[in-house]
Amino acid sequence: MSATAGVDVGSTQTKAVLVDEDGNIVGRALGMTGADVVRAAEHAFAAALDDAGLSETDVEYVVGTGYGRYRISFGHTQITEISCHARGAVHMFPDTRTVVDMGGQDTKAIRVAADGSIVDFCMNDKCAAGTGRFLGAAAMALDIALDELGPTARRSTKPVRISTTCTVFAESEVLSWLGKGKRIEDILWGVHTSIATRTVGLMRRVGLDPAITFSGGVSRNEAMVAALEERLGTTLNVSEESHFMGALGAALFARDHVRASRAPRSHVEEVRV
Amino acid sequence: MERQSEGLEELVGRASRRGGELVRAWYADLTQAAEDGRGAAYVFVMGSLNELLLTFDLPVVFPEVNSLQTAVRRVAHEYLERAEDYGYSPDICGYVKADVAVQLDRGKHPMGRIPKPSIAVLTNACNTYIKWAEIWERLHHIPVVTVDVPGTREGVTKGRADAGFAEDLRYVTAQLHELIATCEALTGKRFDVDRLRQTLSYADRMGRAYRRALELNRRTPAPFNALTDGTVYLGVANALRGTEAGAVYFEELVEELEHKTTYGIGALGDESYRLAFVGVPCYPIFRRFTEMFSEQGGAYVGSSYLWFASGGLNRDFEHDLSRPIESLAEGLLLGVRDAMDSMFHHDRLLESMIDLYQLDGIVYHPIKSCRTVSTGLADGRRALSERRDVPSLFVESDMMDRRVVSEAQMKNRIDAFFEGLAARRKRRGASMAEEVAR
Repeated sequence: MSATAGVDVGSTQTKAVLVDEDGNIVGRALGMTGADVVRAAEHAFAAALDDAGLSETDVEYVVGTGYGRYRISFGHTQITEISCHARGAVHMFPDTRTVVDMGGQDTKAIRVAADGSIVDFCMNDKCAAGTGRFLGAAAMALDIALDELGPTARRSTKPVRISTTCTVFAESEVLSWLGKGKRIEDILWGVHTSIATRTVGLMRRVGLDPAITFSGGVSRNEAMVAALEERLGTTLNVSEESHFMGALGAALFARDHVRASRAPRSHVEEVRV
Repeated sequence: MERQSEGLEELVGRASRRGGELVRAWYADLTQAAEDGRGAAYVFVMGSLNELLLTFDLPVVFPEVNSLQTAVRRVAHEYLERAEDYGYSPDICGYVKADVAVQLDRGKHPMGRIPKPSIAVLTNACNTYIKWAEIWERLHHIPVVTVDVPGTREGVTKGRADAGFAEDLRYVTAQLHELIATCEALTGKRFDVDRLRQTLSYADRMGRAYRRALELNRRTPAPFNALTDGTVYLGVANALRGTEAGAVYFEELVEELEHKTTYGIGALGDESYRLAFVGVPCYPIFRRFTEMFSEQGGAYVGSSYLWFASGGLNRDFEHDLSRPIESLAEGLLLGVRDAMDSMFHHDRLLESMIDLYQLDGIVYHPIKSCRTVSTGLADGRRALSERRDVPSLFVESDMMDRRVVSEAQMKNRIDAFFEGLAARRKRRGASMAEEVAR
């Protein structure tokens, strides 16, 4: 079997995806990035191969993406995660025209064309306010596992209004609400709605064309999905694989390359995103 | 002044070389003035009145240029930290803080030594100018002349057709007469109107050539990089405005650029995308910032900086030498209004530039330490995108403070911008092919 791969080395986690010639995901893997970016990429790639039951020789082309994309020693080329998330989102949900990707360190709003290419994009500025890292800081302050954040927040009945999304001040913000006797679930829902407000503001800067697809690690958080849907007044495309959207897009670009290289010479078109 | 004759092959790159030489010589003169204990006139790029101050033989200092030089020479952090240790907030204008450090350290500067001010002359083109001059007033006990230039009541200036223009002109002219009296008292020299006519005529020659240079960059490939080469031109335009050397420099620049356009020599070997830059450059990584675009075939063909930091040279205006003071006032009034429009209504100016310069994209560069030029960039971008379908990039950093310049984040955004441009070109190519097939 012939496959292509995408490896997304993000600031927090590294994801790898293998797709077959029809673009179906045949293997996936996820690990923490940590300090050794090269090893994180190798581990994720090896684990995705295991998941697919393939060997390295079955993979014809590898595209690296994410902040660590230039450190992927076995990658053939690099494409930004912005293009990759756009491509992955339109592949998974063809009606997508806006992508919101929320990762560990940044949040991106991307307006996409029908072919999955970027029309416009916007990202948070040089701080992690309103990103997954803020949720992580809140979870740490409340001593809650990341997976529990969403379900806990969804139990809120009297949400508090969180005024800041500054990751540095997240702990003191949360502790001050605890000091006022507020319940953890109400504080957490406040955290989610605060991030959602900031994110929707970012999305408005590129336009809010439906359908909207939510990708990135935070898309697995049900409270974040609900908070965004509430602010937007519409439902979001979310999938179990949303976490892997960037790696999927990278694997699809790798597939494009292989297809183009197989095409008759006169029709070979340089693969550029 | 004699022009230097050079072979055609030596023409290419001459303006950059000579611009550097002229700016270094200008700093050497300032250093000499400082060592001789001569006081200088401190001015700003938006409304410098260089033409008038030169007639009193005052050395003219541009603190904004001094400050950006510390960033280009990668020592700005030393100056910023010095001013912050003295008590200035990290949040205020980086240009101000670097200058405060220069003042505190008796004019010490990487380009030499900066003389102390004996007078400060400014306009209200930037609100920080006013507070900045108060620092010199307090430190050096010098006269500060603030020329109040009324803004247009038209939203965007219509030039001489602005409502109340004649009254506004009288108001500015009256203030210039007060400035002349102050300079006479300060220097003990009588104002020489014929010298003013001469400096104005040099400024007019410079302006004519400057506008021609901007116009030549409409050609493909563009003969100069609006960001890197353009900043050298701006340095000369400000420092040597009103001098023969400055006029000759720009006339020779036009000669070089015409030669380049005749032979199709572009600033960038592979000009794939023509870009306009909006804002103030990222001086802490000045070369690298431009490289991140040029490596991907992005050529800067125009910038709003070349408008608002040129002291009105971009504007089609020439002085009437039969009424020099009033005409200087008119140039100041029009120039400051134009600078304000370039900062606050860039969307309208860019709109006309899109076709003239065949722009493929626009790069907005808001900076942390100058809210005057950065506030409203996002709104301007949105307004323009509603009227014209031109891709744009919003990339934030600073003009002085490397603590808020994140090259990795910047590179990621720039790479994605080019991926989007490439995809757009591919889409357009495909739709054209379909059109042809039909």
